[in-house]
Amino acid sequence: MHPDGDDLFPVPDATLAALSHRLAGAAAREGLLDVAYRELDSPVGTLLVAGTERGLLRIAFRRNGFDDVLAELADRVSPRLLLAPARLDDAARQLGEYFAGTRHTFDLPLDRRLSSGFRGAVHLALDGIDYGRTTTYAQLAALLGNPKAVRAVGTACATNPLPVVVPCHRVVRSDGSLGGYAGGGDAKAVLLALERTA
Amino acid sequence: MRTPFDQVVIDHGGTVLRVCRAVLGAGPDAEDAWSETFLAALRAWPELPEDANVQAWLVRIASRKAIDVTRARVRRPIPTDDVPEPPRSGGHPPGDPAARELDLWPAVARLPERQRLAVAYHYLGGLTHAETAQLIGGTAAAVRRASADGIATLRRTFSDSPRAVDDSDRRRADAPGRR
Repeated sequence: MHPDGDDLFPVPDATLAALSHRLAGAAAREGLLDVAYRELDSPVGTLLVAGTERGLLRIAFRRNGFDDVLAELADRVSPRLLLAPARLDDAARQLGEYFAGTRHTFDLPLDRRLSSGFRGAVHLALDGIDYGRTTTYAQLAALLGNPKAVRAVGTACATNPLPVVVPCHRVVRSDGSLGGYAGGGDAKAVLLALERTA
Repeated sequence: MRTPFDQVVIDHGGTVLRVCRAVLGAGPDAEDAWSETFLAALRAWPELPEDANVQAWLVRIASRKAIDVTRARVRRPIPTDDVPEPPRSGGHPPGDPAARELDLWPAVARLPERQRLAVAYHYLGGLTHAETAQLIGGTAAAVRRASADGIATLRRTFSDSPRAVDDSDRRRADAPGRR
């Protein structure tokens, strides 16, 4: 644009926001909204939540870099990606209930295409750890029939594309320390404390 | 392209709206053309080559959608009134961007058509004089004169009021989306 264009020809942010919202709705109706995302406030900081028509695809923490996460989703899933909160209303509501302590299990369709191979097997096994319980990386490796793969299990947990909903925070070290977490050690402690008291 | 289309809306939504408003006036037709432009762009986005000039590509789509909207408007009953004068006592101080917005687009609409289209596609849309000439006819030199004359008229019209606050950086920071 001409350098003075902005100055002489202002357009209001509210109009652009309304048009973007309308675009997201039209894109969904036309089957062109491959990846929808929104942000969500939570006790562990702002979360980015993304989904496809199949289900919930990705949850990320601010420290993961939202721009980086969206760029990765565009590259790996589809660049037809828009801010479109409506598709994620149900996920946002259930996450809100979880953080309020009133929901212990999630009832959401999941799009697990970002999980594959051994990591995917670990992510599936995480679903078996109940609310308020913990297991260890070593126990999880043994459960998967590969007791020596403790480090690989740790890596798999660290790359869980759906933290909170797929409960990698419930896996801790054998010495009782918390171990790492994509959302940071503090976030892991907050989630475990929430589940102990709720 | 393998980058998020979301960023295209954030980066170019304002430019495309200015182009649509200059071509169609600041009203529902411009907003329809904006929506159709980004919907068509979203559809084609994965196939767009990585080295494409995204803004020029969008402005060309917008020019086609503006024609579609104009044709559809011809088939509908045409409003008989001219563009109403903007309210002068709406609570916006002179020079305020909101007041400027009310005054400016009717002034653009009053420009001769070729000046208006040259301003839309060259000055606001960023197409070269030659690219604009391909869209609206005539020569590159004629586009250069038409755009310059149109902008000169608009600057004279608004020379009494202080320039709009230079808030372009803030506006980008507040743009819809995650930024």
